[in-house]
Amino acid sequence: MSLGAAQPLLRRVAETQRAPVSFTLDGRPLQALEGDTVLTAVLTQSAQLRRNEFSGEPRAGFCLMGACQDCWIVTADGARLRACSTFIAPGMALLSEVPA
Amino acid sequence: MTRPVLQPVVVGAGPAGIRAAQTLAAHGLRPIVIDEAARAGGQIYRRPPAHFKRTPQRLYGTEAGRAIAVHAAIDDLQDRIDHRPDSLVWSAQDQQLDVLHGPTQTTRTVPYGQLIVATGATDRVLPVPGWTLPGVYTLGGAQVALKFQGCAIGSRVVFMGTGPLLYLVAYQYAKAGVKVAAVLDTARFVDQLAAVPAMLRQPAVFAKGVTYIAWLRAHGVALRSGARPVRILGEERVRSVVWAEGGREHTIDCDAVGFGYALRSETQLADLLGCRFAYAPMHRAHLPERDAAGRSSVPGVYLAGDGAGIMGADAAEWAGELTALTLLADHSVGVDTQRARVLQQKLEKLSGFRAGLERAFPFPEDWAAQAPDELVVCRCENVTAGELRRAVADSGADEMNRLKALTRVGMGRCQGRMCGVAAAEILAHATGQPVQQVGRFRGQAPIKPIPIHLLRPADEEVAA
Repeated sequence: MSLGAAQPLLRRVAETQRAPVSFTLDGRPLQALEGDTVLTAVLTQSAQLRRNEFSGEPRAGFCLMGACQDCWIVTADGARLRACSTFIAPGMALLSEVPA
Repeated sequence: MTRPVLQPVVVGAGPAGIRAAQTLAAHGLRPIVIDEAARAGGQIYRRPPAHFKRTPQRLYGTEAGRAIAVHAAIDDLQDRIDHRPDSLVWSAQDQQLDVLHGPTQTTRTVPYGQLIVATGATDRVLPVPGWTLPGVYTLGGAQVALKFQGCAIGSRVVFMGTGPLLYLVAYQYAKAGVKVAAVLDTARFVDQLAAVPAMLRQPAVFAKGVTYIAWLRAHGVALRSGARPVRILGEERVRSVVWAEGGREHTIDCDAVGFGYALRSETQLADLLGCRFAYAPMHRAHLPERDAAGRSSVPGVYLAGDGAGIMGADAAEWAGELTALTLLADHSVGVDTQRARVLQQKLEKLSGFRAGLERAFPFPEDWAAQAPDELVVCRCENVTAGELRRAVADSGADEMNRLKALTRVGMGRCQGRMCGVAAAEILAHATGQPVQQVGRFRGQAPIKPIPIHLLRPADEEVAA
């Protein structure tokens, strides 16, 4: 099994009949579903949220309950969001290739 | 005689906080309930966004009845409490809390007369090389993805570590149609057998655990006990897991890993409040002291639920109600003392079962000895086990906060929530001390990251 970084990490197994929400990831226009966290929105389309500022390695969150602080992601206007506990909103512009 | 003014605040809206709030409201008070989540329920009964469609039976399985009851309790309270969701208590001093409201990114101070701290728990993590790869999550995180977002962490998942959550999450994933490649339990089968007498003190809970394991086995899921995780392999994301059994290594292909070793208490707020801590051998942790009725060492501060020692969701409900009754009685409000006694007895009875769980899923005490030098212990600051050992060898570090100052372990954004247990084990092993001797990371404000411009002093009522 060898999945690349371009293939999504998370897989939807339920609750797929929700309204779409448009956002961009590294400039690419994408659609999430209403009620997705930023983490879900990104990782159902990609395999990382950011790079660790010390190791440069990709990170994609860990605890999903607001404790580990490993899922921060930056927006195009420089804000930082904790992806597991922030809901996706229309028009969000997210950057996953830089340290957050 | 006038009744002293009561101004109770409950922090946390999981099973403990909800039952505490309900009990206070039932006695005519209007508590403020501060919770980080958008919807109350806590982690174990975490609720998806309101427009999601799955039934409680599908979301919570055998726990659906409890989840429905806890959710109904908080929903019914909405006009009798001051519920503040999306709100993080990030500091506490002088009878007031500093609270960040997430959506508006504003902070305000909330004064309190009495405080019930019901901050819950997160997974107890013992890292394995490769644990920072995308696709590796805690067991609790894997469960949150499924319950709260309808997502699986991968298509072919290995679950490993130990504790009751290991089999529950594997079962929930398999039921949701996800391929569970293996369940690797560090506990040995003989541990589980030896624990049966104590576990039978809660026959219904025991039976559920047995059911999950039997169901997984019947559905062809590979269950391995006495299995030690060796490393997670992959470039940029998880590709496989290497594990060992009796000196032989095995490799399983997978695209995701969920792991954890039972739970650890969220104690930072109790620490900031000045609560006295003591080492609790059964929990293998330094915990804020609480008496049998829920009082901390600080007058007016009460501790309920897993935040002061892991006892589980049922115990959290009982403790929430009990601490609220204690708070009321301490302030001359008439309460049903018989009910308080019953709750206290239920909690005391549970401790035998709790010891059985520890026997069935023992902490892997040889973990530090097995941890290689290149293992990243602190995922925030990228500090390795070798760096920790060098600080011990070169500088004589023998206490956690000294180790933190020397290496930055635990100094990152998570404040040691993910690495604290592992760092203590490494330090104890490297210095030849028992783990209780090395101490614990001191809690510091802000207890979770907040925007730096909000940290300026005197920002009273900055909020919208």
